[in-house]
Amino acid sequence: MPPIRPLHLAAEIGGPPLYDPGHYTALARLAEGGALDFVTLGDSFARPGPDALAVLSRVAPATRRIGLVPTVTTTHTEPFHVSSAVATLDWVSRGRAGWQVDVSTTGAEARLFGRRPAAPAAELWREAGEVADAGARLWDSWEDDAEIRDTATGRFVDRAKLHYVDFEGATFSVRGPAIVPRPPQGRPVVVVDGTAEPARQTAARHADVVLVRATTPERTASIRSDVRRRAEAHGRDPDTLRVLAALTVDLGDAESAPEPGLAPMSGPPLAAHGTYYRGGPVDLAELISRWHRAGAVDGFHLTPITPERDLERIVNGTVALLQHRSLFRTFHPGGTLREHLGLARPACRYTEGAVLQGDLA
Amino acid sequence: MTTAPKPTTAPKQMHLAAHFPGVNSTTVWADPRSDSQIDFSSFEHLARTAERGLFDFFFLAEGLRLREHNGLIHDLDVVGRPESLTVLSALAAVTDRLGLAATVNATFNEPFELARRLATLDHLSAGRAGWNVVTSSDAFTGENFRRGGYLDRARRYTRAAEFVATARELWDSWTPDGTPRRFVHHGEHFRVEGEFTVPRPPQGHPVVIQAGDSPEGREFAASAADVIFTRHGTLEAGRAFCADVKGRLAKYGREPDALKIMPGVGFVLGDTDAEAREKASLIRLQQVSPQNAMLALEQVWGRDLSSYDPDGPLPESDPVPDSELAQGRVRHGDPLAVAARWRALSREKGLSVRQTVIEATARQSFVGSARTVAAELAEFVAAGAADGFVLVPHLTPGGLDDFVDEVVPLLQERGVFRSAYHGSTLRSHLGLAEPVWKG
Ligand SMILES: Cc1cc2nc3c(=O)[nH]c(=O)nc-3n(C[C@H](O)[C@H](O)[C@H](O)COP(=O)(O)O)c2cc1C
Repeated sequence: MPPIRPLHLAAEIGGPPLYDPGHYTALARLAEGGALDFVTLGDSFARPGPDALAVLSRVAPATRRIGLVPTVTTTHTEPFHVSSAVATLDWVSRGRAGWQVDVSTTGAEARLFGRRPAAPAAELWREAGEVADAGARLWDSWEDDAEIRDTATGRFVDRAKLHYVDFEGATFSVRGPAIVPRPPQGRPVVVVDGTAEPARQTAARHADVVLVRATTPERTASIRSDVRRRAEAHGRDPDTLRVLAALTVDLGDAESAPEPGLAPMSGPPLAAHGTYYRGGPVDLAELISRWHRAGAVDGFHLTPITPERDLERIVNGTVALLQHRSLFRTFHPGGTLREHLGLARPACRYTEGAVLQGDLA
Repeated sequence: MTTAPKPTTAPKQMHLAAHFPGVNSTTVWADPRSDSQIDFSSFEHLARTAERGLFDFFFLAEGLRLREHNGLIHDLDVVGRPESLTVLSALAAVTDRLGLAATVNATFNEPFELARRLATLDHLSAGRAGWNVVTSSDAFTGENFRRGGYLDRARRYTRAAEFVATARELWDSWTPDGTPRRFVHHGEHFRVEGEFTVPRPPQGHPVVIQAGDSPEGREFAASAADVIFTRHGTLEAGRAFCADVKGRLAKYGREPDALKIMPGVGFVLGDTDAEAREKASLIRLQQVSPQNAMLALEQVWGRDLSSYDPDGPLPESDPVPDSELAQGRVRHGDPLAVAARWRALSREKGLSVRQTVIEATARQSFVGSARTVAAELAEFVAAGAADGFVLVPHLTPGGLDDFVDEVVPLLQERGVFRSAYHGSTLRSHLGLAEPVWKG
């Protein structure tokens, strides 16, 4: 049996579309109280809902520790703007930003922009990988100590520490450097749902956190091994990846449901946000510790069916129990999302002498 | 000099906005009080100060490519800034009434996405969002974007106008009671159809600001903007500009008061007028270092002048028109005309290169004791040279502190500035009507 690794927990705070920031702030604070690694806020141009990155930016000053991970799509957006916005979320949250990368596959979304037709998912995920790559290069395009404020020579920056990225993708190019100086985390945390091909390929190559939707610990573990193997093939250290099982969680009204556990028969076996779990908070804690002990995952990304109700039960029930059993931390020992996840701050690839990892360099 | 007409009724109210001193030579970064241009605490400090001063709005400029000079990244001024709409969303959490206005380019964005981001900001701030629509569209900036390339002068404003119109159609596509409705926009620049994802913003439409001085820019402002951010900061130029732009409104069925004109102005305060003038010249020397002076000279002349002396005379030869020596910078006027003006100035007053640049590029319109500055600001508004001001401090982030503590109370005493916010939206601060829903 593999050694027990630290457990990571995250929660989605989106539900039916709401536009009141107080709602999102309350949920993020609740998750922060449970010492969760991060909250996500899903987004898409295809259905009602506010811009997720703006919402989490609004939440940032009202929270202190919790990681903030909006979905930002790559199909109809500008890679340069996306990179700037995510870097800025990292600045306003002082190192707590992540970015869940997603694509827009439908013709309806394409018609909202009228710039390009819908394309197959494989093509869009290849592009998403290029956007993530270009984004990371832009984050690196300012070395950490590029700002010198040297009064003797009158120079504010050392231009030798600013770099053109000259990125040439199949559908776009970016010259750089970034407008936003390198963000506090160096690179904000990239999250990709790697369940399906070809998103898995993009995840293995570019993600720090990979979400996996599968109904059994065995299946989850096998996807995890596959992602790690592919990451290694790209020259990455697989231990710099965190694989989280995605569960859609319905904690109902009872402390303990009559038929706890996964409900592949009664519910959709794979909901949009992961395996459908219905039961009580205690049974959810059991499931989490069982999968985690089995070495299937590094943690869980939980999507409460009704966030206001279920997130409260997750934090005060499930998480409290895991903490009581010393399976989950009771406070955030660090300040940045990378620190919560146990991920090192990446060195800037342009800095001389930097140790470069993988084919990303 | 024109004096203010005696007020028969209550004096005209002025509008005030705070410009975050960003990426240009206005900012005296070498001052020990100058702090980060990127940490959120800087933005929070300036925004809270502006709100304490009951300002109409907080304003962020935008640049989409680092400036270059002679093929090298410009390294003398503050460089690097965060992305505006994201910072403003965060500022919505630490302010209650202050308007939050972002400069966002109409050439390198798409209506659906930007209308959505602006509508989101308006919801997150309960009706405080503003959008300064800029149109720079050069190929240099385009190298960072999918569309690449650039638009010619005429088309950048037709795109901007259609962009704003499309955004407004999107904001109006939900009924006021919150039902999304399908919209279709098929125009010259955009083909957009489907369903918008955000309900109509609290302000109806976020406030639209325009910055750009060409006849096309002025016409676009007259047809579509709520506010103009301008550089015409002297009394005479301001009056001429106001008369010109306000004169264009009638043909769009708009009243003169529907468009607020707000020049960007610098200010320097001192205990006495003399002390303020002395401080102002020291600040100018810091803003225009010898290196910065040579850079400004080369930008006008369009070629390498490194053999010239900043303390010597201006070049005798003429500028190279259409030079690409300086990239990513907004050009102000025809280089030949600018050079002629600078030469005349230098000859008339016997000024060196550096002294000429200091004189010619000064935008410290208001220098004096708090009492003098308050009186002059009030005079400008009374004389029809502006509806208000976008104040550009020279220090980040504390550059507005003295203004709010010393000048604002005097403006209030004169009855030309509010003593409390009366409404909660940016539109209400500006006295602008709610746009009628066109479902
Ligand atoms: C007061 C003022 C502020 C401006 N601020 C910006 C800015 O922040 N970002 C930008 O890209 N362009 C900015 N511009 C440039 C204008 O959008 C426009 O591209 C430029 O003035 C040329 O247009 P014109 O020929 O109509 O003047 C500004 C212009 C003015 C007058």
